[in-house]
Amino acid sequence: MSNQGKMDCGRRRLIVATAAVGGAGAVVALVPFVSSLLPSERAKAAGAPVEVDIGKLEAGQMMTVEWRGKPVWIINRTTDMLDTLPKLDGQVADPKSDKDMQPAYAKNETRSIKKEFMVVIGICTHLGCSPSSKFKAGAEEGMPADWLGGFLCPCHGSTFDFAGRVYKSKPAPDNLEVPPHVYLSDSRILIGEDKKGA
Amino acid sequence: MAAGNFEKYKSDGSIGGNLLEWVDARFPATSMWKGHISEYYAPKNFNFWYFFGSLAMLVLVIQIVTGIFLVMHYKPDAALNVNGVPVAFASVEYIMRDVPGGWLIRYMHSTGASAFFVVVYLHMFRGLLYGSYRKPRELIWLFGVGIFLVLMGEAFFGYLLPWGQMSFWGAQVIVNLFSAIPVIGNDLSILIRGDFVVGDATLNRFFSFHVIAFPLVLLGLVAAHVLALHETGSNNPDGIEIKANKDKNGIPLDGIPFHPYYTVKDIVGVVVFLFVFSAVLFFAPEGGGYFLEYNNFYPADPLKTPPHIAPVWYFTPYYSILRAMVWNFFGLPAKFWGVVAMGASVVIFAFLPWLDRSPVKSIRYRGPIYKTLLTLFVICFIVLGYLGTQPPSPMGEIVSQICTLFYFGFFLGMPWWSRMDKFKPVPERVTMK
Repeated sequence: MSNQGKMDCGRRRLIVATAAVGGAGAVVALVPFVSSLLPSERAKAAGAPVEVDIGKLEAGQMMTVEWRGKPVWIINRTTDMLDTLPKLDGQVADPKSDKDMQPAYAKNETRSIKKEFMVVIGICTHLGCSPSSKFKAGAEEGMPADWLGGFLCPCHGSTFDFAGRVYKSKPAPDNLEVPPHVYLSDSRILIGEDKKGA
Repeated sequence: MAAGNFEKYKSDGSIGGNLLEWVDARFPATSMWKGHISEYYAPKNFNFWYFFGSLAMLVLVIQIVTGIFLVMHYKPDAALNVNGVPVAFASVEYIMRDVPGGWLIRYMHSTGASAFFVVVYLHMFRGLLYGSYRKPRELIWLFGVGIFLVLMGEAFFGYLLPWGQMSFWGAQVIVNLFSAIPVIGNDLSILIRGDFVVGDATLNRFFSFHVIAFPLVLLGLVAAHVLALHETGSNNPDGIEIKANKDKNGIPLDGIPFHPYYTVKDIVGVVVFLFVFSAVLFFAPEGGGYFLEYNNFYPADPLKTPPHIAPVWYFTPYYSILRAMVWNFFGLPAKFWGVVAMGASVVIFAFLPWLDRSPVKSIRYRGPIYKTLLTLFVICFIVLGYLGTQPPSPMGEIVSQICTLFYFGFFLGMPWWSRMDKFKPVPERVTMK
């Protein structure tokens, strides 16, 4: 190449242009590979709503159904459980549910459509573990003596009350998410959609 | 121009010699054998700490060979079979119960994973003892840190494959860590999972990474690690350069050929290692719940987290550092800082060659400051590792915060404290202790 210090500028420009075009081609070739990592059309379509019969759910009981691969809890709360909620307003991080973790129709004291029925996604907002139920007040289930009942995440110790509100100074930043849902009748819920007959 | 292999290596007239001459004229067989094995001069004063490099290579071979045979029977499929058990989980049970010798191959692979980290941690510690990362061996160290990172990825991807409860929830937690990164976090974690939840797409891509992508990168890095080592020559427990004193043929006076001296010595290490490895393999393959966690004998259930989840032992120090971060800084959540601290605690090793400013390399000629701080560092590392296996507790949180502080202090303060020590004079030639 070195021709007594003289450089062929036209040839060098051609080399640079060739390298640039080749490099751009290599970058473009990445597109199909990266996009293949994204959720497939089948995965995107898998979010069909789930219909649940809650007629047999006794007061104080909880059931879990699967929606979009996540556990959705339905809890038939007793009056005792509901009574704990106002007492905890000072201890939870977002007592008025100001953060957008629920549809507008569940932004209320009980975070639900019907007072007693809590419908919530059972996935901790910290790192995605599923909290376990600690419904009994006090130290009986290994909780502190002033525990009023709710949920404990086994992974990093976040605690939630009976409305899925996270306690202050815990790793989880937000309340548990309330999924869109609608009552088809008194005992049937559709989880994943807001409107009947859709 | 240097003589080509064609001129250098001539036949002795025998049939084998003629064949070798034919090969040498076309491929650098004899020259590679000499350069890397029979005429690679290593310091004569290696002690037992120098076993762990060759042992890491042995474990790599064990993992690759057992892995090849496991893939013949394993199925990366999260769908439920006719019995309602995920296919992937059932295929591991099938290997354990029905494939002849399958249990042994699987236990070799799972015990091998833990053995890999034991050997690599000891190999890294040797580097800390004798300053093996110092100039001119910075690139060897950087390739080594690369190997360590790839190994961690390899272990993480592999742990999802049995599709048990710990596989599932461990992957769930670790992938969700990425969602803590501001702005791009959520999309990034979806890109990693390939779905909105950990599922079949995640299992399949982790399988692909575990058996193809990461092993290829690992092999490349190991080759680079060894090539860089053979370029600069090995360090030794005295931390001095044997190339400074050569005989009239240019051979280091304190060097001995790798073969036969160290090939034979390494066989002793291999035998002792295989004693221990076989003892675990045959008598305690679950390692008391540390090598194979008991919750992983339940199939993955996306609706129920086990009451206590913890990573496998080799990740627990970093997991503790993650959990130690409980404060929000600069308007970013503690979750994000936990991820940053965890990442930094691994990557910070890469900066050692430039953080260490001591005039000597080996701990033999360093003073009380280094010996004390290194001891405390090891204690902190073990305490963090222990706490990472335990459920969260207020006491554990404070202890892990103190240890995390010390962990980073050890590295970040090194440019200052490594210079202040009381040093002993370094000998001219290696010593045999």
